[in-house]
Amino acid sequence: MLADYLIWIFIIIGLIFNGLGVIGLLRFPDVYTRLHAATKATTFGSIFTSLGVVTLAFWKLYETGNTANLVLSIHTLIAIACLLLTNPVGAHAIARAAYRSGVKPKMAVVDRLEEVNQDD
Amino acid sequence: MLAFIVTIIYAYIAYLALTAGSGHVLGYWSESELLMGLFLSIIVAAISHKYLCRSGNYRMLNPVRWILFIVYGFGPFFAAMAKANIDVAYRVITGKIRPGIVKIDPKLKTDYGITFLANSITLTPGTLSVDEKDGVLYVHWINVPEGEEKKEFATIKKVCGSFADWARRVAE
Repeated sequence: MLADYLIWIFIIIGLIFNGLGVIGLLRFPDVYTRLHAATKATTFGSIFTSLGVVTLAFWKLYETGNTANLVLSIHTLIAIACLLLTNPVGAHAIARAAYRSGVKPKMAVVDRLEEVNQDD
Repeated sequence: MLAFIVTIIYAYIAYLALTAGSGHVLGYWSESELLMGLFLSIIVAAISHKYLCRSGNYRMLNPVRWILFIVYGFGPFFAAMAKANIDVAYRVITGKIRPGIVKIDPKLKTDYGITFLANSITLTPGTLSVDEKDGVLYVHWINVPEGEEKKEFATIKKVCGSFADWARRVAE
């Protein structure tokens, strides 16, 4: 029963952050600020929804002893690890490609990268 | 030779993680999976060890660094990530942003350290590493505090907290 509440809490936190990521994607002005909402908030949300799955699988494993639940939980943990490894790399690649193709940050108060690229 | 052995071990661990629950030897594996995993790991390592351990730098094999990495992942990193997510959630709702690209000089020497720091910065909402030149990171910051935009190098503590110290401890 405790596990049920824990799963609910994890999934609700995950859905809230995923939803905020979507709202941010619509509200923010340019590609860099949108990347903040679209890649980071959703990573955090997805970690929590996946943690809900892991909790459920471990709870079922403890209750029934069926090893299919162990498989589910380990695969979900691997999915979380892959998410944590690939998400920053993807976000960085998109941001760098956007800057190199000439997209300037909107409303920026400072742009230190501009000075560097003028020398090239 | 060391690269070959390290690749075998990592490939075997990955195989075992993916096939856990297939039998009852050693708890959760079947004999056929254990043998087939070893065989496939050796083939994979023979093909790929030249490409995977190209730097010839094995300091990440030290178990102390692994323990520090896990402590970092669950402790300061997760706390900073949760705090930053709540901050970005506030900015999504109110729309109060003050973006800019700032420059930080974390004084890290190795590729491991810089990759570690850049990935930590990108995973924390509010900061996003855009480019890197000679160890200097260019970070897009969603809310540049007053005064930071005038400095040549932004304050590392304000951009990424204690991440630079942890990167030095874990990866250098």
